[in-house]
Amino acid sequence: MSDTLSVAWALAWIRGAQAVLAENRETLNDLDRAIGDGDHGENMDRGMKAVVGKLTDEAEDVQGVLKLVASTLMSTVGGAAGPLYGTAFLRAAKAAEGDLDANGVVAVIAGALDGIVARGKATTGEKTMVDAWTPALVAATAAAEGGATPAATLRVAADAAAKGAEDTIPLQASKGRASYLGERSIGHKDPGATSTALILNAAADAAEAA
Amino acid sequence: MSVALVIVSHSAQLADGVVELAAQMARNVELRAAGGTDDGRIGTSFDKVNDAVSELRAAGHDVAILSDLGSATMTVESVLDFLDEDELEHVKFSDGPLVEGAVAAAVTAQVGGDLDAVVAAGRARELFS
Repeated sequence: MSDTLSVAWALAWIRGAQAVLAENRETLNDLDRAIGDGDHGENMDRGMKAVVGKLTDEAEDVQGVLKLVASTLMSTVGGAAGPLYGTAFLRAAKAAEGDLDANGVVAVIAGALDGIVARGKATTGEKTMVDAWTPALVAATAAAEGGATPAATLRVAADAAAKGAEDTIPLQASKGRASYLGERSIGHKDPGATSTALILNAAADAAEAA
Repeated sequence: MSVALVIVSHSAQLADGVVELAAQMARNVELRAAGGTDDGRIGTSFDKVNDAVSELRAAGHDVAILSDLGSATMTVESVLDFLDEDELEHVKFSDGPLVEGAVAAAVTAQVGGDLDAVVAAGRARELFS
């Protein structure tokens, strides 16, 4: 395991995320059908396939990979996830300077959260992807301060995001189309928080294999 | 400089319909529909919105953009994020009710309103006060 995460990690992360989002396409559609328009799995699958089609091993650095993800998701996803993840990856790219140490990982996660909050104007507890990214950032920050490796930092972030996604189940949605359902949105896991957890898990897996 | 409108909707048919409706009262206003995804599904396309804005700017228009639901709004805001700072003087988002807003904005453009007047009309606040 290396001390810093390089472009090879970024490429492995995004390819891994594409694979896991393709596997979970129907699960995400089902979650979205319960409280939204039922296409989150399909949209993420299409977007990530387009991203992987454009990725090349000649990518220069982590920042370049994340920028490509941003612009491609922005123009291929079609649903709310396009501008949200697009902006997240764009801000993450801006925060990524060179290879990433643990603090660099924290900066990337903070950039992503910042982008989602700026674009979606959501805060925690509204049953959105913010409820996965926020605990991920809190956990990653604590890990990095405690001297964890980048891979270990990503692992605690991914675990926190997964728990954050589970914790959206009892929440009532107050942002996006799910909010039109009012109390009927309670009892369902948020699809955006779920895809966030899958993406961060893929980042941790790639770091552990690096 | 005349003001043109870009109508952004999840549905291509809805965007086309709003353009058709607004055009009835604003014959000389340039109106562009940017509805649906690139492959014709329900959703919004960053590229469709961005292309419409670029073409209208290249033709010398100021541009007011109107949208329907939340993710269309986020797509518009993303397009604005990618513009140069000084372009933001010429391309603005009019965040109002789509149908009433588009008609009010188009009429305002037709009678020679500047971009800020068109954007304010598109927000159509007075209709809800």
